Amino acid sequence: MSIAGNDKRALPWALVTPALAWTCAFFVLPFIAMGVSSLTAHEGGGFTTANYSQFFTDPSYWRAMVNSLEVTAIVTVISILLAYPFAWILAEMVPERWQRLALMLAVLPFWTSYVVRSYSWLLVLAQNGVINRTLTGIGLIGEPLQLANTRFATVTGFVHFFVMLLTLTIFANLKQLSPSYRKAAADLGAGPVRTFVHVVLPLTLPGIMVGAFLTFVLCIGDYITPQILGGNNELVMPQLVMMQIGRRGDFPLASALAIILMAVVTIAYLACARWLKIERA
Amino acid sequence: MRAAVRFAAWVYAIAVYGFIFLPVIVLVLFSLQATSFPIPPFTGPSLRWYQAVLSDARLTSALVNSLLVAVLSSLASVTLGFLSAWGFARFVLPGSALLRGLITLPLTVSYLIIGMGLLVLFNWAGVPKSLLAAGIGHVVINLPLCFAIVYSQMGDHQINIERAARDLGAAEWKVLLMITVPVMAPAIFAGFFLSMTFSWDEFVISFLLTRFETTLPVEIWNLLRSGLNPKTNAVGSLVFAVSIVLVVFFELTLLRRKPA
Repeated sequence: MSIAGNDKRALPWALVTPALAWTCAFFVLPFIAMGVSSLTAHEGGGFTTANYSQFFTDPSYWRAMVNSLEVTAIVTVISILLAYPFAWILAEMVPERWQRLALMLAVLPFWTSYVVRSYSWLLVLAQNGVINRTLTGIGLIGEPLQLANTRFATVTGFVHFFVMLLTLTIFANLKQLSPSYRKAAADLGAGPVRTFVHVVLPLTLPGIMVGAFLTFVLCIGDYITPQILGGNNELVMPQLVMMQIGRRGDFPLASALAIILMAVVTIAYLACARWLKIERA
Repeated sequence: MRAAVRFAAWVYAIAVYGFIFLPVIVLVLFSLQATSFPIPPFTGPSLRWYQAVLSDARLTSALVNSLLVAVLSSLASVTLGFLSAWGFARFVLPGSALLRGLITLPLTVSYLIIGMGLLVLFNWAGVPKSLLAAGIGHVVINLPLCFAIVYSQMGDHQINIERAARDLGAAEWKVLLMITVPVMAPAIFAGFFLSMTFSWDEFVISFLLTRFETTLPVEIWNLLRSGLNPKTNAVGSLVFAVSIVLVVFFELTLLRRKPA
């Protein structure tokens, strides 16, 4: 090989190395640091698995994981049930030239900052917030309802965010669907309901699964919404992790809990991936 | 019957729009409240809380910090993302799929865990909490995004233009600056603005990695301790407005890509 040849081989590496080095230094290395930290005793250092066993033996930690999974499952199901018909109406009933605008409007609040969005729901759900003031104003209820600082508030805040996200993904899915499938079903004598149940729904199912998985991952790892809307009555995993850092400076325990949370997400991913493959076969 | 179904569908769509917009409308409406509580009845309109935000030195400096972190971290993300996308798209590299997977891996991990990892690492290495540390975290989350956007837009069409330039004797750096960057400009801008939006809104990483000087979302978080407050509404509305501007830029750059 000539010198020019060497040059040509050096160039591509010069292009990709900075990004790879960055990812290794500030993503892979921190992750290793977290792994090592999780196996270190908070007091005095030294190797220990106590941080992990604490999770499995302390019922309050276990409870946080159950809460996380429950909230995430409820949010995912409600969001899909709300978003699917909405996306369907946008894709099928809104005239073509208004669709882009209708979709943009539907996801506009998606771009508010996460903290601000949760605070906005607090304005709506608070003891003297919009809903309670309205309901007491028209005399429907005597005493204000306890809406904020509950699981209901957390779920509402989450559903608001994920309905927008899922509307986007499901809408894209429905638009990609070739109209000939539906025409074929109609030609074979299926009514609109049968066409939907036997043709449209199964064909959009893989897209729904992707959206559901995205919802699961983002929902279970979020600290802001449960902290602002759910309060401290019922902790979820990210709140537990942040508590170890904030109140006690216990990085090892926080690391262990974060790694357990990631393991759960990974298991969900593997389960999801397998399920998707089976669907396609 | 059919008319009834159509009617029900429209009612449903309007109800979902209502649900989606309810908190935003309440946020913006009560940012114009004249009295001290952002709760009904509405007493405005008044701009006093916007004045209060703009005369609050902590909030304005946090706003400047946020913009600074967003611009610089997005520049870094898009530069690293573009160069690596170019390298992977143009040249056959051993283990390419694996390395590309490595670059996009941070997309699958929650911000909380990325922030935690950096916190533990910086704590050990003795790196103090700072805006720079938060900026590094923002590049970690946005680099994969920029890479994915630019990489997905690099087609054969662009390869041929580059080849032509090389055949005509252009050096590699000239091909890069005079051919590839202009041709890829829409994807580069799209990556940049999307990174700006995410960095501008990002909370957890900044919360974990900054201390005295911090970004706007963290400062808003601190405001929340004082409960419901029209000042929080005002600053929240401003943040929302900036995000919308960034998103519109993002949409426009993506739309302009059409003639290819």
